[in-house]
Amino acid sequence: MLSYIGRSSQFAPALKGTAQAVANGLRNVVPGAVDAAAPELVQKAPLALTPASMAKRCPTGAVVAKAGLGATSQVRYAHTDIQVPDFSAYRRDDVKDTRAKAGESAPTRSAFTYMLVGGGTVTGIYSAKAVVSQFVSSMSASADVLALAKIEIKLEDIPEGKSVTFKWRGKPLFVRHRTDEEVSTEGAVDMGSLRDPEHDSVRCKEPKWLVVLGVCTHLGCVPIADAGDYGGYYCPCHGSHYDTAGRIRKGPAPLNLEIPEYSFPEDGLLIVG
Amino acid sequence: MTMPIRKSHPLFKILNGAVVDLPAPANISTLWNFGSLLGLCLVIQIVTGLFLAMHYTAHVDLAFSSVAHICRDVNYGWLLRTLHANGASFFFICLYMHTGRGIYYGSFLYLHAWSVGVVILLLVMATAFLGYVLPWGQMSFWGATVITNLFSAIPYIGTELVQWIWGGFAVDNATLTRFFTFHFLFPFIVAAATIIHILFIHQTGSNNPLGIVSNVDKVPFHPYFTFKDITGFIVMLAALILLTLLNPYLLGDPDNFIPANPLVTPAHIQPEWYFLFAYAILRSIPNKLGGVIALVMSILILLILPFTHAAKFRSLTFYPLNQLMFWSLVSIVFLLTWIGARPVEDPYVLTGQILTVMYFSYYIINPLTLIWWDKMLD
Repeated sequence: MLSYIGRSSQFAPALKGTAQAVANGLRNVVPGAVDAAAPELVQKAPLALTPASMAKRCPTGAVVAKAGLGATSQVRYAHTDIQVPDFSAYRRDDVKDTRAKAGESAPTRSAFTYMLVGGGTVTGIYSAKAVVSQFVSSMSASADVLALAKIEIKLEDIPEGKSVTFKWRGKPLFVRHRTDEEVSTEGAVDMGSLRDPEHDSVRCKEPKWLVVLGVCTHLGCVPIADAGDYGGYYCPCHGSHYDTAGRIRKGPAPLNLEIPEYSFPEDGLLIVG
Repeated sequence: MTMPIRKSHPLFKILNGAVVDLPAPANISTLWNFGSLLGLCLVIQIVTGLFLAMHYTAHVDLAFSSVAHICRDVNYGWLLRTLHANGASFFFICLYMHTGRGIYYGSFLYLHAWSVGVVILLLVMATAFLGYVLPWGQMSFWGATVITNLFSAIPYIGTELVQWIWGGFAVDNATLTRFFTFHFLFPFIVAAATIIHILFIHQTGSNNPLGIVSNVDKVPFHPYFTFKDITGFIVMLAALILLTLLNPYLLGDPDNFIPANPLVTPAHIQPEWYFLFAYAILRSIPNKLGGVIALVMSILILLILPFTHAAKFRSLTFYPLNQLMFWSLVSIVFLLTWIGARPVEDPYVLTGQILTVMYFSYYIINPLTLIWWDKMLD
């Protein structure tokens, strides 16, 4: 290593180099030294002091020389006296013997490294996935929202022929106690005349009870109960008519009123959700 | 040979210059890990804070119960909340270690980086204060009342200023909503200031424990310090997770589990641990305005360090007497922290006052001792 302060191609002719190359016995300090005893056959080319030519003349051994304008000259043995510590406590057993060929133990060593890296990567990906999942799931429905996800309704409170509206999951829920006449009328409707063909028996688990979401399938308004040309529901926003099975019969709505998940766990009790 | 993409691409070369090919001193110790750890803390606080903000309601009637809702109902809400609260504590641990490193090793001689650093410290302190008000517990409310009332000490405009900050005649809903707004905003200003802080550091390169020019012995940031920083991340994350999962409310105040009551003041109002030393200094001065000035100066005094450093060597590595004084300063801060948690009674009052004098004396005696030591050895 050479640190040569003041080295400059512009000022090189003016600078007097007082650096001394000092050998430390390890290797030749100046490579390619000229043999002064050899006869000169041709005129020597004038010495061009360029950075490249001066770099070739620089000692390559472990020595530091300093020279330049206003700088004191000095020679230092940079890093020549530092003992390299013994790292054998950290080295793998396979490579401690300097005479052994590294290639012979290479497959074992690389297998170990790959297993470690592979295992670490799998663990890292698993952990990262867990962290991301936790953050993402924190945005999902919280426990209080899920607690209101089910609704219990006492059916005896709903008189025959009436439709009652409940709030369920933030939306209106229509529960209609149908009359026998409504049941038979809806059961006799021709499927071919329906925009969204669905038989009445498919839509109502119990024929006397219609359970539908009170959200118009056109653009989401709440239809009015006991209105419209079919005795069911009428949406005032854009004029959709639904029958007493909640099926679209007239108007712009494309689909029948949505039927949520519900059950009758016991007589007189309806659970939706 | 074509230049690698990390050096030629307009975006990548910025990252390359910061974390890959950046020449770093070979001898920087673990104390140099706290910079990157602070970056990690900021990221943790922003991410957890963002997700908390999705469920929090900044209204006096709903704030307390919205925090309870987060902890009880929101999926992993308990983890978000406790990580955020304990993350703030770790933020301050790293801040104080990072600042202490700067004081010991003379890093403050990088004037621009040091000044921006003090600004970041003040911003983070403000952010933490604002955030502590949001749960709207007793300590939240009364801490906000006490600290905002400090501004009334300013002559002439004090009372009007405080009512303007409150948005009313006392800490109330208007105060809470604007505190939430600023608590959300400030971390992004901190992030911008951090980028400027790093920009200045990269003009000069890092300091090192010897305090001498390290150009003769630099190593590339990657892989040495990328892996060293990752090791630091693992250690800090482990500590944070241990605290959060095993004893999440260890550093908190039980009074904050009581909803805010403007008509009843708790017997012992105190801020979180990271503000206690400044709180002790504030209470040590019997005069109201004097106490406020002392509080502000306890942080701003860091800015005079670059101008009072008259020593031959940069770091305290070669000044044993000043090392003793430095560790005395650390002990003084610990003792002030203890005093800040004590009631305003004997013998704590006098002890706090003595420690306050000792704290400010350090910044005068330290440079004088440095000069004396250099003269003595000459």
